[in-house]
Amino acid sequence: MSTEEIDNNRRHFLTVATVVAGAVGAVMTAVPFVSSMEPSARAKALGGPVDIDVSKIEPGAMIKVKWRGKPTWVVQRPQPALDELPKVDPRLRDPDSEEDQQPAYCKNEWRSIKPHLFVVIGICTHLGCSPLYKPQPGDPELGADWPGGFHCPCHGSKYDLAGRVFKNVPAPLNLQVPPYRFVTDTQIRVGEDERAA
Amino acid sequence: MSTETENEKRDFLDVISGWLVGLRDWIDARFPLTKFWNEQLAQYYAPKNFNFWYFFGSIALLVLVNQILTGIFLAMNYKPSAAEAFASVEYIMRDVNWGWLIRYMHSVGASMFFAVVYLHMFRGVMYGSYKKPRELLWIFGVLIYVTLMAEAFMGYLLPWGQMSYWGAQVIISLFGAIPGIGEGLAQWIRGDFTISDITLNRFFALHIVAVPLILIGLVVFHLIALHEVGSNNPDGVEIKKKKDANGIPLDGIPFHPYYTIKDIVGVIVFIAIFAAIIFFAPGMHGLFLEPANFEPANALKTPPDIHPLWYFGPFYAILRSIPNKLTGVVTMGLAIFLLFLLPWIDKHPIKSLRYRGMLYRRLVIVFGLTFIVLGFIGMQLATPFWAQIGQRFAELYFLFYVTSWVYSKPRSRGFLIGAFVVVMGLISIGDLLGWDPSEVTLKLYSWLIPGIYCAIFLLLPAFFSKLVEPEAVPERVTFK
Repeated sequence: MSTEEIDNNRRHFLTVATVVAGAVGAVMTAVPFVSSMEPSARAKALGGPVDIDVSKIEPGAMIKVKWRGKPTWVVQRPQPALDELPKVDPRLRDPDSEEDQQPAYCKNEWRSIKPHLFVVIGICTHLGCSPLYKPQPGDPELGADWPGGFHCPCHGSKYDLAGRVFKNVPAPLNLQVPPYRFVTDTQIRVGEDERAA
Repeated sequence: MSTETENEKRDFLDVISGWLVGLRDWIDARFPLTKFWNEQLAQYYAPKNFNFWYFFGSIALLVLVNQILTGIFLAMNYKPSAAEAFASVEYIMRDVNWGWLIRYMHSVGASMFFAVVYLHMFRGVMYGSYKKPRELLWIFGVLIYVTLMAEAFMGYLLPWGQMSYWGAQVIISLFGAIPGIGEGLAQWIRGDFTISDITLNRFFALHIVAVPLILIGLVVFHLIALHEVGSNNPDGVEIKKKKDANGIPLDGIPFHPYYTIKDIVGVIVFIAIFAAIIFFAPGMHGLFLEPANFEPANALKTPPDIHPLWYFGPFYAILRSIPNKLTGVVTMGLAIFLLFLLPWIDKHPIKSLRYRGMLYRRLVIVFGLTFIVLGFIGMQLATPFWAQIGQRFAELYFLFYVTSWVYSKPRSRGFLIGAFVVVMGLISIGDLLGWDPSEVTLKLYSWLIPGIYCAIFLLLPAFFSKLVEPEAVPERVTFK
């Protein structure tokens, strides 16, 4: 205390140390606030698996079920529709489902566990609208070469009956196939993976 | 006796005014009241040649006050939960005394806010009000605009109608386009796997507390910056360069009482229009309140056509015009971001379009028209025709910035021809990359839209340089 001299080095060090400690503290304090905006325990619990009875779906028909608040579709595809799938391949962006938009057990030409029964999340991969089911080939709205599939009214994206996206539309990816498994022959559970039994 | 009563009367008035002066002095000794009044109003000198376009700043402030006041009263009756929100809005409309009026003042006010802000921004573009030394003033303004977009977007979710729900779904999905972190970010914003009660509740908190606070703060910064550098004017002449012996600008008049009185005229006309809309067409035939929003939100059914309210139309049209999610989102972001860069894109020393030459005046007008056409396209169904036309007008939107940059300096004939070739080359390459044999005719014909634009604004001045020659800027402001 006897000397009047100012130790600038010491002052500088203290300033920097205070700023760094304050910044670290601010970031750590922000963690609970930022994290509180993640889905809560209740939201996660409500996002649990859903059981669907698929025995009453007629060929060509589709039912919509809510899973995690998202429209989840179950379509009973008739044989002619399945035969049509490989023919559309050249017009698709990702015909072989290379992108990770389905569980491994659905990475096949039908994008489903059983070929006829198609389970998919009805949310357009562009901006989240719910596409319309247009199974009729040559639907007048969509042109003579329409093979049947899904059409998003918002921005015009098109998908075939396996939810595979066409080229030259805004949507970048195939429709997402959720994890699901057959509980019995007529009942599926969406939101739970097929266990290696 | 009679003179005595008169004296008593005078004494009484003197006493009252004496008290008021005393009160003012008492406050002034503790808080800079008179100083603030003088600095901001009575001795703030604004150019004397303000015209019609200078009404919109103060009107925007008025609308902000309207939104805050009506918003407070709406919040007294609104329920921010998915189960109750839609019904509580109908409750406000039907059962709350004057609730319909308060709600329409708020919903029409939102649209009027954007109308006024767009006119205010266009004024800035016309008279070069973003140029040195007003770059920060402009940036604060664009920040206000972006914050306002966030505020309007979150407010639109609150009635929990079909368009609220699906519009929010589309806009939050935009964040999902960011590679890697996108999906996680979108989920963090929603607080759920999909838009739900949780999302609605937090949007309410942000809409009525967080964002308004930011908005008010930015408005204060905008005004501080304005009063630091002084207002621009239709001639783009700096009035601070010519001052009288007392240091008062020769072409300046005190904001109060001159412009406070002038602005009252604008405010009265504005309120007349505002009231007419509230009373006769509060939904503006689907423009201010969309028909689909009179149906409660349904997560399983998308309305046949989703489009945001008219004020997002131009940017939505740009987003839709690109058949690729990430590129579309980036392009739309760029369209907004370029506004921030305008002061550095156009560094031409002359501010006002009045003296920037014949073609520049047309360029600014065409930019305004482009924005309006894009807004119209943003409201149309997503057919291939409108997607293509939208793409062409999106090109014109960006070409305004390119041409502004080209015009910011004297350019040689070679430079202008080169710019034409490069721009049209890039557009043609873009067309070839997105080649779709089913739409060739439309693509070829619509190619003429940017083609004619570039021929006029880039090719023409290469041969007739008079068209872009600046005119002499007057020393003092003028009255046109």
